[in-house]
Amino acid sequence: MSLDTRTVRRIAKLARIGLDDQEAEGLRQELDGILGWVEQLNEVDITDVPPMIGTGLAKPRLRVDVVTDGGKREAVLSNAPDRADAFFTVPKVVE
Amino acid sequence: MRDMTLAAAREALAKREISAVELVDHHISTIEKLDGDINAFITTTPDQARLAAKAADEQLAKGEGGLLCGIPLGVKDLFCTDGTRTTAGSNILRHFVPPYESTVTANLLKQDAVFLGKLNLDEFAMGSTNLTSAFGSVTNPWKRAGDDKKLVPGGSSGGSAAAVASGMVLGATGTDTGGSIRQPASFCGITGVKPTYGRCSRFGTIAFASSLDQAGPMARTLEDCALMLEAMAGFDPKDSTSVDLAVPRYVDALERGVKGLKVGIPEEYRSEDLPAEIQALWEQGIAWLRDAGAETVKVSLPHTKYGLPTYYIAALAEASSNLARYDGVRFGERVPADSLDMMYEATRHAGFGEEVRRRILMGTYVLSSGYYDAYYLRAQKIRTLIQRDFLSAFEKVDVLLTPTAPSAAFAHDEKPTDPVQVYLNDVFTVPASLAGVPALSLPAGLDSKGLPLGLQLIGRYFEEETLFAAGRVMEKAAGFTHRPALFAGSAA
Repeated sequence: MSLDTRTVRRIAKLARIGLDDQEAEGLRQELDGILGWVEQLNEVDITDVPPMIGTGLAKPRLRVDVVTDGGKREAVLSNAPDRADAFFTVPKVVE
Repeated sequence: MRDMTLAAAREALAKREISAVELVDHHISTIEKLDGDINAFITTTPDQARLAAKAADEQLAKGEGGLLCGIPLGVKDLFCTDGTRTTAGSNILRHFVPPYESTVTANLLKQDAVFLGKLNLDEFAMGSTNLTSAFGSVTNPWKRAGDDKKLVPGGSSGGSAAAVASGMVLGATGTDTGGSIRQPASFCGITGVKPTYGRCSRFGTIAFASSLDQAGPMARTLEDCALMLEAMAGFDPKDSTSVDLAVPRYVDALERGVKGLKVGIPEEYRSEDLPAEIQALWEQGIAWLRDAGAETVKVSLPHTKYGLPTYYIAALAEASSNLARYDGVRFGERVPADSLDMMYEATRHAGFGEEVRRRILMGTYVLSSGYYDAYYLRAQKIRTLIQRDFLSAFEKVDVLLTPTAPSAAFAHDEKPTDPVQVYLNDVFTVPASLAGVPALSLPAGLDSKGLPLGLQLIGRYFEEETLFAAGRVMEKAAGFTHRPALFAGSAA
């Protein structure tokens, strides 16, 4: 199977990665190469094999439902690229 | 002080033959001398380090202090350090100053270690060369005999490996997702341990592929790694994949020997393409273990060849999801634009490097509607088969011995342009990462050009002690005392 640049653009949009027109073809070729290489996985018989979800060594844990941390507004906001008082800012979403 | 191991420095500090301030000053001046050429550090913290050394001396004078009191270490710039910039080697985090400390670094600080700074890496730990860092590539302190060409240190923990190898620090933290501790350790002639998945907390470590990421120590010797791992490891309620098991004193396992130990040699790791020197070193490793009383047994890990493509699907899918958080809103760099979507795109286009963008795209593709089952789910099932390969091998043997990497360090300009060729560097390290089993790399010899080569030991879940014991036998037999061209001792 081979990728077309339309698909590359669609994926780039989903990933919000920002794609220049010049880049699309180069990335298409590279991704196509990687996909061709992973194609070999199709030879493996995976009938009745469950997907691996962790090593099974970490047991799910319960804890008491209480606040364990918080009150760190300044710390949380300290790396904001832009802020207004206690808020993160973004471009206007609703006119 | 110029060629001291971490363990020897601890002893000298405890006996007050040297002070922590002297030890830290020596390492700071080595950084000043060498790091212009190596570029292992993204950020250095000499003032903080001197203060910490002073505090360590006060404790040592009273006969107190933790396991690593006064020991100068470097921290891969993927671990969040409270108040010290943490970049992940990416432009998008160029000015990020975490307001909290990762559990692994907090554990080291609890044992009174002294941090000299943050170490360079491939951007978001994605790479095997350290050429993808937004803060410039790292140069391997080793040179080929009679050749001044700059070599890569491996990656992604290449800054960590180079800093340890050149004597700028006594040990460093690394992280390993598919070989990022073991491969650079091999390229730089040092020792690196990737513990069992769940042994070291992932809390506060910037995520690449969460089901694979595992922190571990990098240092000159196994004893040094054993001391560091004891400090780094431990249960952490803040990481849901952390395993609640007591941390042993790994140093106590070092001299256990290998009498009666069964060492598996995986048939599938042999290949026509493996350079003869690496094949020969592997045979040498087998002989060392046999001479010390181990029994070597051929084993089969039938799904080995599917390890790399499986790894890339799983790791890239997780990466695309983990890196969604870098959107220019709450932290990291922002490129302003008129709409929210345009801001996201402009921010991520400017903030991420080429390899990271490629991997996010690939990961998004394999998770996208209509392809999830064909790629991601299939890969996770094959991952089960790879895990079963290891579990059934470990019914017959106690450890596995393999080469760490299919080559020695290569030059900056010898990196293949095809991404798939670059990925092949991790062929021997990726399967253990997929299964979550512990593995280590130790320097076993030099190739004909004078570059270090590593051998890898892989063990059962939470049997790091067996790895240390078997590794120690090989370390003694190898007697690896070679030092790189750029080294603290030779730079004075």
